[in-house]
This record gives sequence, C-alpha cells and structure tokens, in this order.
Amino acid sequence: MSALLQLDHVGRSYPVGGLFARGKMQAVKDLSFTLDAEKPEIFTIVGESGSGKTTTARMILGNEVPTSGAIHFLGKDVTTIRSRSDRLAFMAKVQPIFQNPFEAFNPLTTLDFYLFSTARRFLGLKARSEIDAAADKALQHVGLSLAEVRGRYSHELSGGQLQRIAVARALIPGPKLIVADEPVSMVDASLRMSIVNLFRTLRDDLGVTIIYITHDLSTAYYISDRVIIMHRGEVIEAGEARAVLGHPSQEYSRALRNAVLPPDPVAARRIINERLERRRSGLAEGAG
Amino acid sequence: MQVEVKPETLAAPAEPVLRVENLKAYYQMNYFGVSREVRAVDDITLTIHRNEIYGIAGESSSGKSSLIKTIAGAIRPPLRVVSGSVRFDFGGRTLDVYDDPQAMKAARWRHLSYVMQGSMNVLNPVRRVKHAFHDFAFRHMGLSPSAFRARVEAHLEQIGLDPQVLEAYPHQLSGGMRQRLAIGLATVCEPEFIIADEPTTALDVLVQQDVLALIKDVQSRLGSSIIFVTHDMTVHAAIADRIGIIYAGRLVEEGPAQAMFARPQHPYTAHLIASLPRIGDTTRRQSLPGKPPNLADPPSGCRFHPRCPLAITKCETESPPLEPRGEGRVACWRAGEVAAA
Ligand SMILES: Nc1ncnc2c1ncn2[C@@H]1O[C@H](COP(=O)(O)OP(=O)(O)OP(=O)(O)O)[C@@H](O)[C@H]1O
Ligand SMILES: Nc1ncnc2c1ncn2[C@@H]1O[C@H](COP(=O)(O)OP(=O)(O)OP(=O)(O)O)[C@@H](O)[C@H]1O
Ligand code: SF4
Ligand SMILES: [Mg+2]
Ligand SMILES: [Mg+2]
Repeated sequence: MSALLQLDHVGRSYPVGGLFARGKMQAVKDLSFTLDAEKPEIFTIVGESGSGKTTTARMILGNEVPTSGAIHFLGKDVTTIRSRSDRLAFMAKVQPIFQNPFEAFNPLTTLDFYLFSTARRFLGLKARSEIDAAADKALQHVGLSLAEVRGRYSHELSGGQLQRIAVARALIPGPKLIVADEPVSMVDASLRMSIVNLFRTLRDDLGVTIIYITHDLSTAYYISDRVIIMHRGEVIEAGEARAVLGHPSQEYSRALRNAVLPPDPVAARRIINERLERRRSGLAEGAG
Repeated sequence: MQVEVKPETLAAPAEPVLRVENLKAYYQMNYFGVSREVRAVDDITLTIHRNEIYGIAGESSSGKSSLIKTIAGAIRPPLRVVSGSVRFDFGGRTLDVYDDPQAMKAARWRHLSYVMQGSMNVLNPVRRVKHAFHDFAFRHMGLSPSAFRARVEAHLEQIGLDPQVLEAYPHQLSGGMRQRLAIGLATVCEPEFIIADEPTTALDVLVQQDVLALIKDVQSRLGSSIIFVTHDMTVHAAIADRIGIIYAGRLVEEGPAQAMFARPQHPYTAHLIASLPRIGDTTRRQSLPGKPPNLADPPSGCRFHPRCPLAITKCETESPPLEPRGEGRVACWRAGEVAAA
C-alpha cells in the first residue's frame, strides 16, 4: 500500500507560562495513523473540546509544526515543503475547511473573489469564462450557483451558506485530501446531511479522502469508514467506525456516545435535569 | 459561596416579558442602482413569558439570526426594521426597543444579554480574556475587584473551564473553550433575559450538556427568560419549553416542545423531526428536496409550497395565516392532515 498521509508519533506542545503555569502544555501526544492512497475513505476524528483535534488538523495542513514525530504526505515530509511551487502543489492536494465560516472569510472581500482567486492560483486559469465556469461548477456541487454568490460579502450570508461556499472553494483545486474541521457544526440537520452526503460522493466519485473532525457522533457514525477518539491529546480508541461508535470499549468513549442527546423531549429533558441536580448538589457541597 | 436553590416554579400563566408584534425587518441594499430587499424577518408575532425558555428552529438562512438580532436591538444597516415592535417588560417598566434606544442600551448586560452567532470570535484577539469580563461585567456587579475575580472564576469552573483561561489570549484556546467563554460572559451577571444565537454549536456532547444544564440552572434559579436559536432539534428537545419554527422569514409553527415532537402540525416541522439522525442508523437520509427559498424573491402563497409534499393549488397563491391550533399555532392550509402524512 502506498500512503497518502502518514503520521508517526506526532506530538505538539506549547510552552505557555501564563496559561498553565506548570510549564508545557501537551496539546497532541504520540499520534500515529496512515491513510491509504489507493483507498479513499472518510477518516473521522472525534473528541471533546480541547482534545487536540484542531491542532492535529493544523499540523497536517502544514500550518503548525509538530514538536515531535513526523508527518508525510505522499512520501514527503510536510515540514520540509518550503519552496513556493512545492507549497502550492501541496496545498492544491490538501485542502482545508474550517470550523467557523465567519472566521474563514474576510469581511471586506466578496465571496466570488475567493473562488476566482482559488481557480486562478491552483488551476492557472486566465480566461474570465473559464474561471466563472470552475467556480460555478464547484458551487453547483454544494447546491449553490455563481449567480447567487456573485458580488456578495460574507456578512450577507448565513452560516450555512458560508460553509457551503467553503466546501465549494476547497473543491476547486481538485484535492486528494480534504481536512474538514467541524464543517457542519453551523448548519441545520438537513444541510448537514447534504454536506456529509456530499463527502461520501466526493469519496466515491472523485476519490477524495476526507479527514472529518466533528463533535457530532451521529453524522460520524453515519458516514465514517474509520474513526479515532481523542482525549487530552491522545488517541484512546481507534478502528472501524461502526464498531468503535456502535460498541465503544473504553469508558470515556462510552460516556461520549451515551451523552448524545436523544431527539425526544421527555428523554432529553430527563438527562439535562439529572445533570442539573448533580450540578446543584455538587455546588451545594462545595459551598461549605 | 452560598448557592440558593429555589424550587423550579411550574409553568404558570406568567406575565409576558417580551412581546414582538408584526415585526418586519429587511436588509435593504442598493447594488449599482438596483435596489434589493431581503425579507429576513417577515411579520413575526410572538410572546415570551417570565421563566420560559423559547427555542427558535429553522433551516440555514431562514432568518433566525436576523430575528434574534432585531429582538436584541443589535441591528445595523442594511438591516432595518420596516414595521412592528419589540417590547420588553423589566420589573413593570416597559422598554420599547425601537422607540427608546437609550433605555435599551442601559438595560444591556444587567437586564438583558445577547450572545451572538459565532460569538467565539468576539473576544479581542490582542487582549487577555480577563479584560473582556472586566469590560462587560464589572460595572454591573457592584463587587470589589477581588470579589469580582472570585465570582468570575467560580462561574467559569461551573462551565468546565480552568480559571487560568482568564490569563490566556483567545488564539491559545480551542473553539469550544471560546464558545464557553462567550456563554460565561452572557450569564455571569445573571440577567433577567438572555438572548442567544447558536450558543452550543461548537461544543462536544459532554460539554454541551454541562452548558445546557448551566443555562437551565441560571434560568430557573432567577426565573429569567431565554430566547435562543439553534438548528439542532435535540437541543430544543432538551431545554426549550416552547419552540418556534421559522421558514423563509416567517413563523410557521409554534408550540410546547413535547407536543411538537409528538405531533408536528406543519409539514416542514414534520420533516425536521423525521430527518433527525440517530446512532445505529445508517440509512441514507433525504434532505429536503429543492433549494432554500430566496428571501429577496420568496415563493408566492405559502412559502413552503415548492418543497411541500402536501401542497395543493391553493398553497401556490394564498399565504396561510398563523392560527391557534391544538396547543400552539400553525400556518398551513392542511395542518390537520400533517400527522397522518
Ligand atoms: N497557540 C496555542 N498556545 C497555547 N495553547 C494552545 C495553542 N493552540 C492550542 N492550544 C491548546 O491546545 C489544546 C488543544 O486545542 P485544540 O484547538 O486542538 O482543541 P480541539 O480538540 O480542536 O477543541 P474544540 O473541539 O474545542 O475545537 C487546548 O487546551 C488549547 O488551549
Ligand atoms: N448583512 C446582510 N446583508 C444582506 N443580506 C443578509 C445580511 N445578513 C444576512 N442576510 C441574508 O438574510 C437571510 C437570513 O440570514 P440569517 O443569518 O438570519 O439566517 P439564519 O437562519 O440565522 O441562518 P444560519 O442557521 O445559517 O445561521 C439570508 O438569506 C442571508 O443571506
Ligand atoms: S400551506 Fe400548503 S404548501 Fe404550505 S405547508 Fe401547508 S400544505 Fe404545504
Ligand atoms: Mg477545534
Ligand atoms: Mg444564524
């Protein structure tokens, strides 16, 4: 098998004095996994807030340097990609989609500009009509069209619309790998389904591998091939998604899974009320 | 610190604390001489009572944030109130948001707080987190600086944050940590009315439950009221007393959470509830057919008709009014037939 992406004992620590006075903060510890170049898949990373998911994504994208271990993309050490042209070639193959669409777009730039400059930069397109066509095609994939986006600014669109534009933008260079950090947390259930279904289609029809970072265990279960569960920077469970999420073996993974609120007011309220009671008795004890 | 736990008051026929009447707010724009109007909030009437949690649901770009911003008095051009009113009642004093912006300003934070969508990004990137608490909350709490710091730290611990985050810069914190900070900011003054837009979307399931419990705790202890937006129906199921469903800028259904989940009355609500994913189920789910409507040029008649499985000819031309039905209100010509469909 040839590896699309390989992480070997990757770690990242932050020397933060002010934040956690005890010295170093280990955001990611000893993380290893390999994605097969010939077998596109949806590889999912789940884990609680602060468990190191975004840090991992940033390292894979080359935006953050591991403090230990190594990351190889198609055999090349990601940290050694320096020259402008190598960097451009790498970025064309590995595209990000970020957690917060409001953050991803500059409020002073129109959204079509992002699509056009991506098409120019990565596809080398020059003719207006070709650029428009590339942008429109990508937008059609996510249920939008260039006509709807042209001349508009990020603040004019809703969170869900922006996130779909972010997916469209990522599709333009024809990537091999998409690193999607919480791509659906801002969108409603119906669109959420259409975006994760879109990931499936990208995997099956375009052969794109997707690293899907999420809190949403139900969509994770629904679309993932493999999954890893992170906790405080470490992988505590890994394997085939149906097995890991369907029958988690670790206590923490079970807690995570059982914490998914049921879509039923009676059951869901009971859970929150129990938490509330625990919270109140905890506070009352602590009040002495 | 002594925490007083009052018994949860039962949903009494409490006084209204917020009244929104026939509210219309449009984005009015002018592109190269062509004017364009996005009717994001289109004739909304709703009432929220003391001690009530009201959840607003609806698909992306249906106008949820626009509505809640307008209610919070936090709009700026091109969004403008075209007609209607928003009135709060704080301790017998009526505050008309669009008639008395000064009084509204004074009420901010103390009586009312607003957590906007994407609020994890409102923290100033070049200042430590503690300054945000100081700027927003210190004046309103009447505590000495050290007592204030202690109160804030205790509050952060309740939402699972190490008080050390006060010394951090926003970029050193994960998305979920920043979102919890935004909630911490909105609740630390324990306001009577909390307005929150997608307050839990960046949180993992465990933290989400803690935060929902915190919100519920603050709310029920003080008997305050909350209006919040989320597209996540499970969050509505967990804490909303009543739910309002927005479609294309209009309220299409409203009712008690339990009744709505058991017997949705509007075809769109029925779709929202039926499409909820559940662990253990991998059948490919259908998203709603067709495109979300364009609010600059919404469909005629019932705005849902191009996507509605129950649509009849009448729906294409006549807009159904929002009328009382069962335990709530619904706007659909065929409301009675929905549950059976
Ligand atoms: N630049 C930085 N300096 C110091 N600490 C950092 C920095 N970036 C991240 N961290 C810390 O690393 C840990 C992991 O953060 P990360 O953003 O990877 O979490 P996450 O799993 O993406 O969480 P979330 O689900 O909340 O987005 C956090 O404790 C965070 O405070
Ligand atoms: N500043 C603006 N100028 C013009 N149009 C706007 C502006 N802000 C929002 N809109 C439009 O108003 C409509 C409603 O947007 P709004 O943000 O209220 O949706 P939402 O229901 O909160 O969606 P989401 O769940 O995706 O956040 C959308 O069509 C959006 O494009
Ligand atoms: S009024 Fe007609 S189109 Fe609208 S929701 Fe009811 S049945 Fe569907
Ligand atoms: Mg993150
Ligand atoms: Mg919104």
